[in-house]
Amino acid sequence: MAEEKKLFKVKIDNITVEVEPGTTILNAARNIGGEVVPPAMCYYSKLDGSGGKCRTCLVKVTKGSEADPRPMPKLVASCRTTVMDGMEVANITSPEVLEARKGVVEFLLINHPLDCPVCDQAGECDLQDLSYEHGVSGTRYEFKRRTFEKEDIGEHIKLHMTRCILCYRCVFTADQLTEKRQHGILKRGDASEISTYMRASLDQTNFIGNVIDVCPVGALTDRTARFKNRVWFLKPVDAHRNCEDPKCCGKTVLWMRGDEIFRVTARKDKYGEVEGFICDTCRFEKKEVKDWVVEGPRKIARHSVISQGHYVGVHKPQETVARVMDGRQPKLLMDIHTVSEVNMPQVDLSQLEGPAHSTDFPTNKGVQ
Amino acid sequence: MGRKLLLDKAHIEGIRYFDVYRKNGGYAAAEKALKSMSPDQVTEEVKKSGMRGRGGAGFPTGMKWSFLAKPEGVPCYLVCNADESEPGTFKDRYLMEFLPHLLIEGLLISSYALGANTTYIYIRGEYAWIPDILEEAIAEAHKNGFLGKNILGTGFDLEIYVQRGAGAYICGEETALIESLEGKRGTPRIKPPFPAVKGLYQCPTVVNNVETLAAIVPIINIGGDEYVKYGIGKSAGTKLISACGNINKPGVYEIEMNISVEEFIYSDEYCGGIPNGKRLKACIPGGSSVPIVPANLLLTTAKGEKRMMTYESLNDGGFATGTMMGSGGFIVLDEDQCVVRHTLSLARFYHHESCGQCSPCREGTGWMEKVLKNIEHGKGKMSDIDLLWDIQRKIEGNTICPLGDAAAWPVAAAIRHFRDEFEWHVLNPDEAQRRNFGLAHYADPLPVAAAV
Repeated sequence: MAEEKKLFKVKIDNITVEVEPGTTILNAARNIGGEVVPPAMCYYSKLDGSGGKCRTCLVKVTKGSEADPRPMPKLVASCRTTVMDGMEVANITSPEVLEARKGVVEFLLINHPLDCPVCDQAGECDLQDLSYEHGVSGTRYEFKRRTFEKEDIGEHIKLHMTRCILCYRCVFTADQLTEKRQHGILKRGDASEISTYMRASLDQTNFIGNVIDVCPVGALTDRTARFKNRVWFLKPVDAHRNCEDPKCCGKTVLWMRGDEIFRVTARKDKYGEVEGFICDTCRFEKKEVKDWVVEGPRKIARHSVISQGHYVGVHKPQETVARVMDGRQPKLLMDIHTVSEVNMPQVDLSQLEGPAHSTDFPTNKGVQ
Repeated sequence: MGRKLLLDKAHIEGIRYFDVYRKNGGYAAAEKALKSMSPDQVTEEVKKSGMRGRGGAGFPTGMKWSFLAKPEGVPCYLVCNADESEPGTFKDRYLMEFLPHLLIEGLLISSYALGANTTYIYIRGEYAWIPDILEEAIAEAHKNGFLGKNILGTGFDLEIYVQRGAGAYICGEETALIESLEGKRGTPRIKPPFPAVKGLYQCPTVVNNVETLAAIVPIINIGGDEYVKYGIGKSAGTKLISACGNINKPGVYEIEMNISVEEFIYSDEYCGGIPNGKRLKACIPGGSSVPIVPANLLLTTAKGEKRMMTYESLNDGGFATGTMMGSGGFIVLDEDQCVVRHTLSLARFYHHESCGQCSPCREGTGWMEKVLKNIEHGKGKMSDIDLLWDIQRKIEGNTICPLGDAAAWPVAAAIRHFRDEFEWHVLNPDEAQRRNFGLAHYADPLPVAAAV
C-alpha cells in the first residue's frame, strides 16, 4: 500500500486548498482556478528552472506557515515559492499586490512596441491579455524606446527582438528540448537581447520550433505563417498524426480557413502553456489536410478574441427564403469575386511566399 | 586613539610577505584554532563575538555559518567575496593589497570551522594587480605549510583559488557571484534555496566579505568575549570605513564602533574635516546604495541624540530619517555639491549595472536615469519628481536581488530629504545650469519635537 502523503493546507485569498508539499503557490492557485491565479509571463510549468523573472506573479504571504506564522517581508514570486503548511497568501485581496503588478505591467510595456495591429501574436498574446487586465490605458514613459533590427534566425523563425520581454522561456526550451542551444542572452540590463551572436541558424535541431509557442509575445514568430492571416479569422481545429519522431506528441492545432491550413501549433491550455511539444516537421512542413487526422474544432474560451465569428451553441435561424419562394433559390445579383480584386478562391493564401500583395491576385480581366 | 584590530600592523614594512607577517604574530590565530579548538568551538567563538557581516547587510556571521547544511558526502565551500564594486567602498582593496596574509589566515580558520577543503576568492576584474599579490601570498603560505595537505599536522586540507571577475557590480551579490564562479552568466539566482543549502556546484556554500573573514583572525586571537567589548551593543568590534568625497584626508580608517559621526568627519585622526572651510551638506555613510542624509540628520538623530558610527545608530529612525552602515563607503558632500547631479550619477551606475533578468530593475533603472537627466539638464517637469518617487517605489522590494533596492534607495532618499533642490532645478532651469543650490537649510538644527 502506498504511503499516504501528507497534504499541505494553503489559504489563497481566503480559499483553502490542499496541495502536495513542494508545490508552488502559483500551482496551488491554479488548483483553485479562477481569478485568484496570478498571471505569469515567464513561468512555464513544462520548463525546469523557468520563472521568477517577470515579477507579474508577485503575491503577499501574510502568514508564513503554521509553525512560523510570521509574514514574509517582501512580496514573493509565487511561481518559485513553495507552499508551507498553513500558509496564507493574499493575491487579488491585497491592494499592495495589485499596485505592484500594475507597476510591473508598466515596466514591461516601456520597451514593448504598441504594434499589435501588425503583430502576428495579436489575439493570442499573453502580454496583451496581461496589460488589458492589469495595466493602465496610458504610459508615462516619454523617452525613446529600445529597438532592434528584425532578424531571421533560421529558415522558419523570425526574431523581432524589439517586442521581447526577456522571459528566458525560449532559452530554457532550447536547453531542454534540443541537443544544443544556439541562442541566448547577450549584454545586460535593458540592452540585453536574445541573439544567436554569430547570426547562426536555429534549424539544426528538430524541436526548435517550440520557441515560437512558448514565446509570450510576438518576438518569435513562424515565418511560414507570418502575415498570412489574423488568428481570429482562422478556425482552430484539433488534429493529430503519427509522427516518426518519438519525442513529438503529434497532437496539434491546425489553424484553418476553409480547407487551407495556415499554421500548425501545439495545443495550448488555458494558461497559454502547450500540452505537449511538437516537432518541426509537424509544425512547418505538414500543411495539407491529408497529412492529418482531424478530430474536430478546438474549444476556445468564449472571451477570447479568437472565438469571434465562431458561434458556439447558437441556434442558426431557419432558412426562410427558399420556403417563401416556393422552393426556388434566390438569384445572386452579384458575386463578390467578380468585382473584388482580392480574396479569390483560385488563390491559395496559405501557399503564397510571404504576405499577400495585390500582384498575387490577377485582375478580373486576366482570369475570366 | 581608537583601538585597532585589523590594521594595527598595516604600517610595518614588508608585512605583505610571509616572513614579516609571521614575525609580527601572524598565523598565531590559525595555529591556535587548528591545534587547540574544534570547528564547532571556532564557530561558537565567532557567534560569541557578535560580529556582523561587513559586506553591507550586517547579518551576524556566526549565525550565517550555523545555517550551513552539512549533508554526508557532499563537499561544502567557502567563498570570499572580494568583488568590491560599490561606488565609495574600497576597504577590501586596502586589506588585500597590504595584508594579504591576514585574509589568508582568516580564510584558513573559517574554512576549518566550516569544514571546507576548497575555498575561492572571487575578486573583481578591475583589481587587476591584486590577484598577483594574493597568489604570491598563497604560494608563500603553501611553502610554509599553512595551506595544502595536512596543515600543521592536523589532517586538515585546504586549497585557496583566486578567481577574477569580469567587471560586473551584480557579481557582488552572492548568488550571482556563485553563478559567475561556475562559469555562467552572472545573474542572481532565485532564493530559496539559499547558498547555505545549495550554492556553488549545488553544494552548501558560505559567501563572506573580505573584511568579515579577515576579522576572524583577531576574534580567535583575543577571543569572542573580548572582541564583543569593542564597539557598542550589537555593533561589536571594529569596522573599516573608506572615506572619500569632500574631506581633507580621504582613505581607509579602522574605527572602533563607539565614535560619533561628527568626530569621524572632523577629528584629525580620521577625515580631518572638510577642505577650504566649507560646510557639510550631505553624506552617504555606507556606500552608494544606502540612503543619503542631509547634514542635520547625519550628525543628530531625529530624537536629538548624537549619531554614532554603529549599525543601530546610523539606522535610527529607519529610512525616514536614518540611513545604513552598509559596506562602509563614507561619501561626504560639501555645500558646493549638487544632489540632483549626484543622484543622476548613481542612477546611471545602477542602470548600467542592472543584469536585466527581472523586469522592474531592467526597465525601471533606465527610466529613472532618463528622468533624472531631464531634471538635471533643465528639462524637467514638476510631475517628474512624483514620477521618480513612484518608479522607485515600484522597483523596491519587487526584484530578485537587492540591486533593485539599491537602485531605488538613493533616489528615494534624495527626493525625501532634498525635494526643494529638485524643485528648484525644475523651476529655475537656466540658473540651475550655472550655479548650485548650495547648502540651503540642510545643516540647520532640527526642529525640537514639541512635547505631546
